[in-house]
Amino acid sequence: MSEERQTRPAFRYKTAELVMAGFFIALGLIVIYDSLRLGATWGENGPRPGYFPFYLGVLICLSSAVTFLRGLLIRPEKNGTFVEVAQLKLVMAVLVPTIVYVVLVGWLGIYVASALYVALFMRWLGKYPWWLVALVSIGNSVAFFLIFEVWFLVPLPKGPLEVMLGLA
Amino acid sequence: MIDDLQSLMHGFAVVLTLKNLGLMMLGVILGVIIGVLPGLGGANGVAILLPLTFSMAQTPGGQTSAIILLSCIYWGALFGGAITSILFNIPGEPWSVATTFDGYPLAQKGRAGAALTASFTSSFVGALIAVLVISFLAPVVANFALEFGPPEFFAVYLLTFCAFVGMSKESPFKTITAMMVGFALASVGTDPVTGTLRLTFGTTALLTGFDFLVAVIGLFGLGEILLTLEEGLAFKGASARIDLRVVLETWKELPRYWVTSLRSAGVGCFMGIVPGGATPASFMSYGVARRFSRNGDKFGTGVVEGVVAPETAAHAAGTSALLPMITLGVPGSPTAAVLLGGLLIWGLQPGPLLFVEQKDFVWGLIASMYLGNIAGLIVVLTCVPLFAAILRIPFSVIAPIIIVVCAIGAYTVDNTTFDVYMMVVFGVAGYMLKKLSYPLAPLVLAIVLGHNAEASFRQAMLVSQGDLTVFFANKLVGTLTGLALFLLFWPLVSWLIRRLR
Repeated sequence: MSEERQTRPAFRYKTAELVMAGFFIALGLIVIYDSLRLGATWGENGPRPGYFPFYLGVLICLSSAVTFLRGLLIRPEKNGTFVEVAQLKLVMAVLVPTIVYVVLVGWLGIYVASALYVALFMRWLGKYPWWLVALVSIGNSVAFFLIFEVWFLVPLPKGPLEVMLGLA
Repeated sequence: MIDDLQSLMHGFAVVLTLKNLGLMMLGVILGVIIGVLPGLGGANGVAILLPLTFSMAQTPGGQTSAIILLSCIYWGALFGGAITSILFNIPGEPWSVATTFDGYPLAQKGRAGAALTASFTSSFVGALIAVLVISFLAPVVANFALEFGPPEFFAVYLLTFCAFVGMSKESPFKTITAMMVGFALASVGTDPVTGTLRLTFGTTALLTGFDFLVAVIGLFGLGEILLTLEEGLAFKGASARIDLRVVLETWKELPRYWVTSLRSAGVGCFMGIVPGGATPASFMSYGVARRFSRNGDKFGTGVVEGVVAPETAAHAAGTSALLPMITLGVPGSPTAAVLLGGLLIWGLQPGPLLFVEQKDFVWGLIASMYLGNIAGLIVVLTCVPLFAAILRIPFSVIAPIIIVVCAIGAYTVDNTTFDVYMMVVFGVAGYMLKKLSYPLAPLVLAIVLGHNAEASFRQAMLVSQGDLTVFFANKLVGTLTGLALFLLFWPLVSWLIRRLR
């Protein structure tokens, strides 16, 4: 029973195809709108700033409209699974922490955020003992600190901890 | 011809310093590791390491050292992709998908060593033929291109992008969408001609536009990891060791497939130069080999020839993709596009003038292609077990570390956290687009070339006062434009032909 539930499709192709094409049409319209605002015609000194982007927008809309229509015509028997529930869960299990991670980079600096991120993965998905989690996650950040700040002299974002340690 | 040989010898002299040889080995080893790891490949591996070369390129001769390091990462990644295909049935790179067809069955039969040797050797042969083509064709093309004006350059860009529409397996409409979205992303920020702000909608973060390096890292890095995740968290694979006996036995067998090798190298070089890319080249070459081979019906069950064909073509295409990059400033593959971006950042203008003004750089690069591939062959033949061991590191450890590397790479491009957020956005986009089979290569190329393509289009329009016939004004530009239009409408033509039958 549970096996069956796991391979259940979360989305089918038709839905994904239509959403993506719809998104691109919207994007194309935004491009057209801004190009018209800037002037998409031929000005006194040649083409105005919106001239080139305007046609880009038109082409995005036209080609996506075709994709959208073709998507509508997908017959139910050919409308396969786009992503299964179990797959989507796995993808989300990585994607959501990654979003939290990049937000944390802005606050805590990249080293602390990275250590937390690696630790979360190892503990939650990998079920490793705490000492190994600490060793790998902290060791990883220290290694990156040495490579970037010390050897290549490339400064990376730092947060309160580095300030406290006098490294920032 | 004699001049070129002399320049090439000079190039070898440039490369054969201790520092450059060291960078070469470092590049190849890093490249193989990048090729083996999921989520890291040629394009984004080079993109992540590009910022590290900024200070290197400031020193005298440093630009040459920087391009040697980065191009060797590319060669290494080309070699590395095959290891995972054969041992784990996971293509490390899109162009090694066709290698799994016969490589993995060979490994299951216990002939992993032979499959790896055949794949590495034919990669090397493919690359070598492509480098020979570059050595002798590039100066000719560059010389020819010195005469180019804005209309000709725009026609070349047009040809590049129409080639994607005409030759990709994906729906031509999706190819056009991907490409145009790339151009639109490139036009965000300050208009290069008038200085007007475009598509920024009042946000300061968008003033400088989208950096294609961030897009590459997101699309090919995070996007790829999300895709890999769907397959589950564990890698299961055959173990392999290559000893000298296996290598020699395989080498004895390989000359039998010289026709396949030559044909695949031809397909590869062609596809690399006309931006079809390594991936379609490998599939095409596999298909052709299966049709023409005497034991074509055994393909797919584990025959050495089925490894030789795609690997030779992929490497030949990947290498020859640099020819239009250095001669015309039009890259033939996403990785070549990233290298082109590097050249621009280091203060070099890719294009025909490079052959006149930066002889050391160009010939140093070409010479390093010869040596880098030899170094690559030696490294992969001797260190396979080591690289295969990397894949045994559990996913829950290696995946977050790869994502951290991607985040650092995205940050160092411009030193803003905004780029790190953008990387995640591009990552999700890459996952979706890949699943819906929108091609990513034209998207990336459009972001890189957007400014130049627009500038040459507008310059051509200015000269002609808005008259589009300027793109047919003389034989040269007319041929280029005509060819481009033919490729653009090729999907329609072939559909009509099929209909009529």
